Amino acid sequence: MKILKLGIIRGVIAQIVGTAAGVGLVTGLRALMGLPAWAAEPAAVGGALIGIICFLAGVGALTDWWKWALGEEVEDHHGPDPRGWERYFGVSVDHKVIGIQYGVTSVALLLVAGSFALTFRTELVASGIQFLSPALYNTLMGLHGIVMIAAILLGVGAMSNYLVPLMIGARDMAFPRLNAFAYWVNVPGAVLVVSTLFLGGFDTGWTGYPPLSARAPLAMQMFFLGVYVVGLSSILGSLNIIVTTLRMRAPGMNMFRMPIFVWASFATALIGLTATQLIGLSFQMVMIQRLFGMGFFDPEKGGNVILFQHLFWFYSHPAVYVFILPGLGIVSELLPVFARKPLFGYKWIAMSSLAIALVGFLVWAHHMFTAGMEEYLRVPFMYATLLVAVPTGVKFFSWVGTIWRGKLEFPTPMLFTLGAVVVFLFGGLTGPPNGTVATDLHLHDTYWVVGHFHNTMFGGFVYPFFASIYYWFPKITGRKLDERLGKIHFWLMTPAFWVMTFGMMWIGLLGMRRRIADYDPAQGFDGVHLVLTIAAFVLATSILVFVINLIFSVKGGEAAEGNVWRSRSPEWQIASPAPEHNYDRPFKVVGEPYDYGLPGSTYVDMNPAMAGD
Amino acid sequence: MKHFIVVGVLVIIVAALVSMGLGSIQLMPTQASAQAVPIDNLFGMHVKVISFLFSLIVVFLVYSIVVFRRKKGEEGDGDHFEGHTGLEIAWTIAPLATVLYFSYLGAQALAETRRADPQAMQVNVIGSQWSWRFEYPELGIVSDELRLPANRQVLLKLSSIDVIHSFWVPEFRVKQDALPGANMVKELRITPTLIGDYKVRCAELCGLQHAYMESPVIVMEPAGFDAWVIRQTALPTDPVDRGALWAKQFGCVACHSTDGATIVGPTWQGLSGKQETLTDGTTVTVDADFLHTAIVSPDAQVPQGFAPGIMPKNFGDTLSAEQINDIIAYIESLK
Repeated sequence: MKILKLGIIRGVIAQIVGTAAGVGLVTGLRALMGLPAWAAEPAAVGGALIGIICFLAGVGALTDWWKWALGEEVEDHHGPDPRGWERYFGVSVDHKVIGIQYGVTSVALLLVAGSFALTFRTELVASGIQFLSPALYNTLMGLHGIVMIAAILLGVGAMSNYLVPLMIGARDMAFPRLNAFAYWVNVPGAVLVVSTLFLGGFDTGWTGYPPLSARAPLAMQMFFLGVYVVGLSSILGSLNIIVTTLRMRAPGMNMFRMPIFVWASFATALIGLTATQLIGLSFQMVMIQRLFGMGFFDPEKGGNVILFQHLFWFYSHPAVYVFILPGLGIVSELLPVFARKPLFGYKWIAMSSLAIALVGFLVWAHHMFTAGMEEYLRVPFMYATLLVAVPTGVKFFSWVGTIWRGKLEFPTPMLFTLGAVVVFLFGGLTGPPNGTVATDLHLHDTYWVVGHFHNTMFGGFVYPFFASIYYWFPKITGRKLDERLGKIHFWLMTPAFWVMTFGMMWIGLLGMRRRIADYDPAQGFDGVHLVLTIAAFVLATSILVFVINLIFSVKGGEAAEGNVWRSRSPEWQIASPAPEHNYDRPFKVVGEPYDYGLPGSTYVDMNPAMAGD
Repeated sequence: MKHFIVVGVLVIIVAALVSMGLGSIQLMPTQASAQAVPIDNLFGMHVKVISFLFSLIVVFLVYSIVVFRRKKGEEGDGDHFEGHTGLEIAWTIAPLATVLYFSYLGAQALAETRRADPQAMQVNVIGSQWSWRFEYPELGIVSDELRLPANRQVLLKLSSIDVIHSFWVPEFRVKQDALPGANMVKELRITPTLIGDYKVRCAELCGLQHAYMESPVIVMEPAGFDAWVIRQTALPTDPVDRGALWAKQFGCVACHSTDGATIVGPTWQGLSGKQETLTDGTTVTVDADFLHTAIVSPDAQVPQGFAPGIMPKNFGDTLSAEQINDIIAYIESLK
């Protein structure tokens, strides 16, 4: 049985068996306790929980820890991996393999969530119901949100896992086994989230507000559990990034000599480590309310529906900075390379990431200006919210300073980087009208917010993520992605995206609500929705071009040896793909990371003299 | 220096064009309330600042792309300068001052929308899946449409009997969620200024039929409003007519059609006298007793093909015995 050699196949089989066992266990326990033996919801939750654990055991993510518990010997460092492509389908502790696992899973989930969006966007092509029932519409809309969030978190994981150890000269992450575990726990999580489609769906959107989520079908619980484990991955991954960044930098690399992306990853990880618990907690409380009748959010039992929203947004607002900070780090990383100029105001950009991360903790209630929390709370949260604009502005001005009087080149990664700047700029500028309470009373829960949000996500994640794939693909595979297809991808996606974003914001201002399966033809939005739907298909076509490019170039792309972008960063000074343990010997940082245009300067000495070390 | 002068002029031109372009398209719905005025004014200021800042960065960017691109055959790197502390401080302080000023304006505008008129007319707005009910406690009226006299402030007291809903009439701008729970009644003040027909559209996702949770809002001449009040306070004498009224006002018809279509619950057309198979397999004939139970404890007898737990369980409390009998009479009249 060769196929059983693939960890993921063993994991999925174990998850199925484990789920069945969990269902049996819960049913048996209920019978022993004298309750009616069969109850679908407790059985499904018990099954899903045990299924997750069995997946992790089956795939092999727990093996080394199990051996430690038994006192058996395990390898301290991973040796050369004899597996070929199979290594990507099983547990590996190499951060580069894990980074690629994150990346491929992320792209796959982006495609799934994108096709959900395309489906309900087609439904919205005209007023009236075309082909989706409201129940299915609501499920797809909620799934689009949450699967995208998972995809983005995995994409962030891909970039930071692959790049951070390479950039700081580490042999691997600080906790390689934890790293593997943090990746693999996403897989059963994603399975649970998508399983909601087949278990009756849920009609709450990704926010899962009670009391609606307390009344929703059984699938709601699978949604909560799925998000819960994806959140666990985020916490553990962040821990790893923080320790790796603080403890494993090459000699001479003080904090202000790190490549700027490492700063972005570090700030992101601070949020991921400390905020994610709150969304887990809020969802867990609804789960328990449903399972055991504890009325945390049930007004009839003394619960409070507003409490949930505070807990939920305490994570879910900082979460958007988890999504965008790495992307903004990619922009800061690539602009100097293609402008052939130092990054303007390195320390200011580094500190602005930290500032965004910290201020981001004090703004959550701006999602609740119309929710009915204490009225006086709205003004201080407005002040805090608008403060986020200050460090974000520093980044934009510094980026302009970086390309000013440069020698600009425009290969595909640079196109996506510049695209990110403009798109995120518009996303950022359309934020303050939501922040000032009075205007938000009109804007809240409209398509304006949908347009604004997609701007920040495209500018802060989608464009930079594509830029990073085009830029580091040669590092990962030793081959370049096709430039012509890359440019077609960019020039199809960009106009389509702008049409979508302007159209959404405009009808939102005029009264188009968000999260509705159908709209009132009397509002006169049919024409705009038709244009939006066409734009969505153009955008989807551009993504298809990207996927074709990716598949074709892995084997058939132009060979790319050495430092293809003439970067100063250490990962480009070694062979592509990078060797098993990255660097034969630790390099030494002898200069500034972005001193382009300074003759004779170097950032890293790849062969430092050993004496005196 | 030459570059900065050119870019500076371009920024001003582009910002003016963008601002004028946005000024020439309709960005907001009709302005139909006093509260809309400060909101629209503030939004207008936002649009001007957005136009300027977007133009500022994009013109610098595009100018650099065009002028500082690598020419053919050109070697070497760009100028080596690593930053400028004075500039960084300037572009930290200037945005800081701007956002503080906008926060101040936002608080002012918020206060403006909340200014209370002691003469305001109270209306209790009750949301339920998926309809609105409007109670005028001072007038003794319950209605499924919100009728308001122009130029008089109305104090809405919002609540919900099931999940969270949100009261929003785009032409009035202001929005407030309606929450379930005894101590969770929320207030919203609106002074309609423009006579016309509008709709309240639920803005908080509230389940299956959320998209259709819309009810008429009619702003009338004060004289017309008074005439409506007189008409409403006289109840019909026929129980069937009264039943039809309650069915509308309490939102029954949001889920139960009267024309044979299935929305969420069973249709009322031809329901009375029908043989109905329940989820437990038993078959019953629908009569007045059955209907009474179906209204006050809906989950006791669920017909096959329908789910329990959707219909509110408290109609026994919110409806009087007479009202329930009227509704039953109305259902029985729908052959």
